[in-house]
Amino acid sequence: MKNGYIIELKNVTKSFGNVNAVDGISFGVQPGEVVGLIGDNGAGKSTLIKILSGVHQPDSGQIIVRGAEVRNWNAARSRESGIETVYQDRALAPQQTITRNIFMGREIKNRFGVIKVKTQYEEANRLMRDIGFTSKVFDPDSPVATLSGGERQGVAIARALYFDADLIVLDEPTTALSLVETAKVFGFVQNVRDRGRSIIFIGHNIYHVYDIADRFVVLDRGKVVMTAGKGEIKSAEVLMKHMQEIAEMAHADAGLGDA
Amino acid sequence: MGFGARPSGQQQKARDEASGLIKWSRNNRRAITSTLFLIVMLIGFTLANPDVFSQFKTYRSVMIALPVSMFLVVPLVFVVTAGEIDLSFPSVVGLASYAFASIVDQGGDPLMGIATALIVGAALGYLNAILVVRIGLSALVATLGMNFFLRGLINIIVEGFSIAIPEIRGSFIHSLMTDDPIKIVDHLGIPNQMLWALAFTALGVFLYNRHSFGVRVHCVGDNPESAAEMGIDVNRTRTLVFVFTGIGAALAGVFSVMINFVWWPTTGDGLLLPVLAGLFVGGTPTWGGIGTVFGGAIGTSIVAFIETGVIAAGLTGFFTQFFYGLIIILSLIFQRFNGGRVR
Repeated sequence: MKNGYIIELKNVTKSFGNVNAVDGISFGVQPGEVVGLIGDNGAGKSTLIKILSGVHQPDSGQIIVRGAEVRNWNAARSRESGIETVYQDRALAPQQTITRNIFMGREIKNRFGVIKVKTQYEEANRLMRDIGFTSKVFDPDSPVATLSGGERQGVAIARALYFDADLIVLDEPTTALSLVETAKVFGFVQNVRDRGRSIIFIGHNIYHVYDIADRFVVLDRGKVVMTAGKGEIKSAEVLMKHMQEIAEMAHADAGLGDA
Repeated sequence: MGFGARPSGQQQKARDEASGLIKWSRNNRRAITSTLFLIVMLIGFTLANPDVFSQFKTYRSVMIALPVSMFLVVPLVFVVTAGEIDLSFPSVVGLASYAFASIVDQGGDPLMGIATALIVGAALGYLNAILVVRIGLSALVATLGMNFFLRGLINIIVEGFSIAIPEIRGSFIHSLMTDDPIKIVDHLGIPNQMLWALAFTALGVFLYNRHSFGVRVHCVGDNPESAAEMGIDVNRTRTLVFVFTGIGAALAGVFSVMINFVWWPTTGDGLLLPVLAGLFVGGTPTWGGIGTVFGGAIGTSIVAFIETGVIAAGLTGFFTQFFYGLIIILSLIFQRFNGGRVR
């Protein structure tokens, strides 16, 4: 771990057809830091996240986990490396129980693949209590389809928490949440940081990201166009101004292309 | 933290005290619905003809051929739960059992024949998986095509001739697997194939609910994108359900030939609609993500008893299809109370 990154991407590219969604990005996350990843729609945030979480394999570039390059990167490997992602769509299977969703892809099982149903149920129950699920309307056996949006987000976060990840990626975690639920997400981020773990926080709302992050990484059309620590940027308004400049630059470039 | 929190000590207690029976029935309501349906149907038949339906031999006669359907329905529940469908199983039954029958007919070891049938079944299941999972064809159309293609292949190979293997009667493997019970334990007259089918169903129930394979099949059928995001190998899971169906079809074929002592070029052909009807009547919905293996076994039993019941009730055979349709629709209406369509 000479550079101290939990995970580092070097010159990673990914294209879909002739769209270069991620165009040579180098980027790393250090232990205990909260990185705010921002950028307009189509900037490449989601693709970058899906590369980190192993859902997409990069076309080129290196993925280095704790100093060692990993090949054949995939979602299972990413999770084994201590990276948990809370996706924008929550990545839940709505007809399955809360327990099954929490342990999806990483069941508690013996070496013959037989699931320890009772252990999973008890762990899910404990976890639900930890994050404040106390309704009698549902229990760990309830299907996720019966939960509200905020509660589903709770399940997705509970899952990331359970596996004691070193890095938790939160993709637009406050979308479609009420103010109270949003405040809870912020409390959660604080909590995770206090435990010395890292977070990548992706958001549209610049004010949210400014409040929560230690470092900002701004993407534009598949490239990192700005990296700044919180000390370098005095307020959310300043960050907003930078974002506007980047957007205008993009506009100008597009105009040039037309000419 | 407290997502959607409604904290109250009393509510917590009430949740903990929710009776085990209530929970169990909530978690198994689809299977319970189809079981109740079977019981009500049998009561109806018994009222219509008490003489026939109070005799054990009526049930025994149904249990002779019913196991063939059960070996098919169990893996098909996995396929449908995974969000796929396999319509090629009738011809896989035919081709796998052809391998078995011709090996036995040429004096080969029946065990060798069974092993070959299983390999043929698994290989054809894998072929389906290549078409659907790798090449990305529609499962409905690709497996329907495979059904015609494989049946055509059978017809080209045998040119209409059937294979009789009466010599298998009395062999150890035959008496172990089918009809003549080994006289070690009294099975209450239940045909051996029924016991094997029940054991296979029990294995299926276990895999479906308690093994990571079954649980992943649920997740993949429910939301493949989420399953992939959580690190489940979606393509591998889908491939395995097709291979499993091929193996089930091979077992169904071997049992069919063992029961009849004959392999016909049409073996398996008549199973398509009754087995699918049993699957859906049993409580597995068409849209994937949920289902019930036990219910599937019950569903095929419902279908198997309809014909016997209709005739015994004094109606002519012309009524059979009418009742098939009626019972399928009625049972789906009952299953509707366990939750509507999600897609």
